[in-house]
Amino acid sequence: MIGFILRRLLQAVLVMLTISFASFVIQGKLGDPVTQMVGQNVTLAERAQLTESLGLNDPLLQQYARYLSDALSGDLGVSYYHKQATLAVIGDRLPATLELSFCALLIVLLTATPLGVFAAIRPRHILSRLIVIVSTLGLSVPIFVVAMFLVYFFAVEWQWLPSFGRGETHLLFGFWSSGLVTKDGLQHLLLPSVSLAFVLAPIFVRLIRAQMLEELDSDYVRYAWSKGIPAHRVYFVHALKNTMLPVITVGGIQVGTLIAYTILTETIFQWPGMGLLFMEAVSRVDAPLISAYLIVVGLIFVLINTLVDLIYLWVNPRVRIPGYGQ
Amino acid sequence: MALLTVEHLQVDFRLRQQTLTALYDISFTLSPGERLAIVGESGAGKSLLGYAIVNLLRQPGYISAGAIHFHEQNLTKLGSRQWQQIRGKKIAMIFQDPMVTLNPVLTVGEQMVEAIRAHQKISAQAAKQLAIHKLSQVKISAAEQRFEQYPHELSGGMRQRVVIAIAMLLNPEILIADEPTTALDVTIQAQILHLLKQLCEEQGVALILITHDFGVVSRIAERTLVMYAGRIVERGPTLEIINDPQHPYTQGLLNALPQMALAGQRLNQIPGHMPSLGEHPSGCAFHPRCPYATEKCRWQRPRPIYSGISTVACFAIEELLAETNLEEGDDNHD
Ligand SMILES: Nc1ncnc2c1ncn2[C@@H]1O[C@H](COP(=O)(O)OP(=O)(O)OP(=O)(O)O)[C@@H](O)[C@H]1O
Ligand SMILES: [Mg+2]
Repeated sequence: MIGFILRRLLQAVLVMLTISFASFVIQGKLGDPVTQMVGQNVTLAERAQLTESLGLNDPLLQQYARYLSDALSGDLGVSYYHKQATLAVIGDRLPATLELSFCALLIVLLTATPLGVFAAIRPRHILSRLIVIVSTLGLSVPIFVVAMFLVYFFAVEWQWLPSFGRGETHLLFGFWSSGLVTKDGLQHLLLPSVSLAFVLAPIFVRLIRAQMLEELDSDYVRYAWSKGIPAHRVYFVHALKNTMLPVITVGGIQVGTLIAYTILTETIFQWPGMGLLFMEAVSRVDAPLISAYLIVVGLIFVLINTLVDLIYLWVNPRVRIPGYGQ
Repeated sequence: MALLTVEHLQVDFRLRQQTLTALYDISFTLSPGERLAIVGESGAGKSLLGYAIVNLLRQPGYISAGAIHFHEQNLTKLGSRQWQQIRGKKIAMIFQDPMVTLNPVLTVGEQMVEAIRAHQKISAQAAKQLAIHKLSQVKISAAEQRFEQYPHELSGGMRQRVVIAIAMLLNPEILIADEPTTALDVTIQAQILHLLKQLCEEQGVALILITHDFGVVSRIAERTLVMYAGRIVERGPTLEIINDPQHPYTQGLLNALPQMALAGQRLNQIPGHMPSLGEHPSGCAFHPRCPYATEKCRWQRPRPIYSGISTVACFAIEELLAETNLEEGDDNHD
């Protein structure tokens, strides 16, 4: 157990080092920080002095070390545009993105699991064939098409739901602005999270179906049948539990994709989250903000993957180390 | 009165282009408390027969002809509800590899209690008591502790004991054990076989033991069926068959036993190999490997006849019998 956690920690550190180096390089290559700070109207001598005082003439590795030690102390630079610490800017937008991703994931799990399981248990049923076809097609439908349809019908034609923004939010615990606690916020959440869910659900349906089919064909499921236990126990206790193990692993990786897709979703629905912030930063060439975004997203990614591993460990008794958890 | 009667059972695999037959015209009976062995090399169709009896053939395999009578029921005609009441309660199974039969993510206890409560209306606590009692009956030490453990925490032999305990939970009438000891090492094999025999004897359970090892058969079964390429080629009392095997295939199997080889001699394996599905030879399926094969064996299929020792399907035996009958006839004449 200790070994596992240490190994996981080491991996996380390596990943974060790589990401931080990448974002450091991006920051150095994007635009000219001196121009960004003082504009065009200064003499060359002043520019040179500023360049020197910012340490931009130091060797690359030395600059990176400085960047890293700043980052470790929670300083990821100041946004050119917002004139604020980048972490504070991102922190303001974080709840919006996390709530959107969480809702999308919830929708994915609540729809994909029953659909995938049904398609595996009744492979010849007409509904199962439909599920397979739709999920195959769904894999190749881009999110903006889905979003467009949803917005067209629900927001424009029928005017049931708002199509952009986050609506009314409430500050929870003094730092978390939440849209989950107001009706208006929830209504605003619906279209973006359903669109986002549409992108991931087909992958999960296919994954769950394929894995469930495999488990249903396994020896231990046949053995379970031979004991004469009821069908629902064979399906939902014996087969489903084993199905979920690989689904958790692959699902964890897909959560990374989810974060990437939030950028698109947030842009389409003008959802004031990190993704939208990132797009704005890119169009303004706000280098510190871009690189800070990369680091924060990288960190979230690493955290989620570690969490997924821990869940896997908890669900799967085989990888539990003896003595642990007793 | 037979407990189980299998009549002209045929199992087919329906594939895209063709239908392949895996079991042909299998008939046999099993009496209450009787121990029957089914022997044959890998691919003979032994496991298929076992699964066919409890209707657990994998797609695209299915029973295409024949009947299986158990009490007043024809098992080939049952719905899934009725099957649920027979499997585990009346007919229990033990699979070959305990490593892959117990569910890795459920504890031993969960897998025992669910089996009990599927068939008996008793409290979880009472079910646990029964399970622990059965665990100690199969000589598992610290049964209470094992009850809480996951399969991977047990050794192979221990796991198979658990599987036996599960099979015996509801005092079944028939136990089908498919190579229950093949995955275990030799010393543990002997213990498990002994345990199996003892439990069946004590509780009057009829046993169908599937194995490729004649050494195992002799210790356990009263009667033996020998299978080759989806057919029963010889059947009879185990002792008689072992002492005086009639079918050339049975002779080959017995000669191949390590005990039969003289010191320093190589094992007498039967040359060639079991034909795979869809490649079953014409006539007597064993003829390509048979030392006594004649032209007739290539084109005609021998019917089972009683040789005085066992029931055999072989032309060589048929001729031998005909000759002795003739001689006897001559003697009578004198
Ligand atoms: N699902 C399947 N699809 C196609 N062929 C199959 C299938 N299951 C079994 N067979 C074939 O049926 C034949 C009999 O298989 P079976 O498993 O009954 O053999 P066996 O006598 O139990 O051998 P073993 O000692 O290896 O367990 C073999 O030729 C096998 O390849
Ligand atoms: Mg087998």
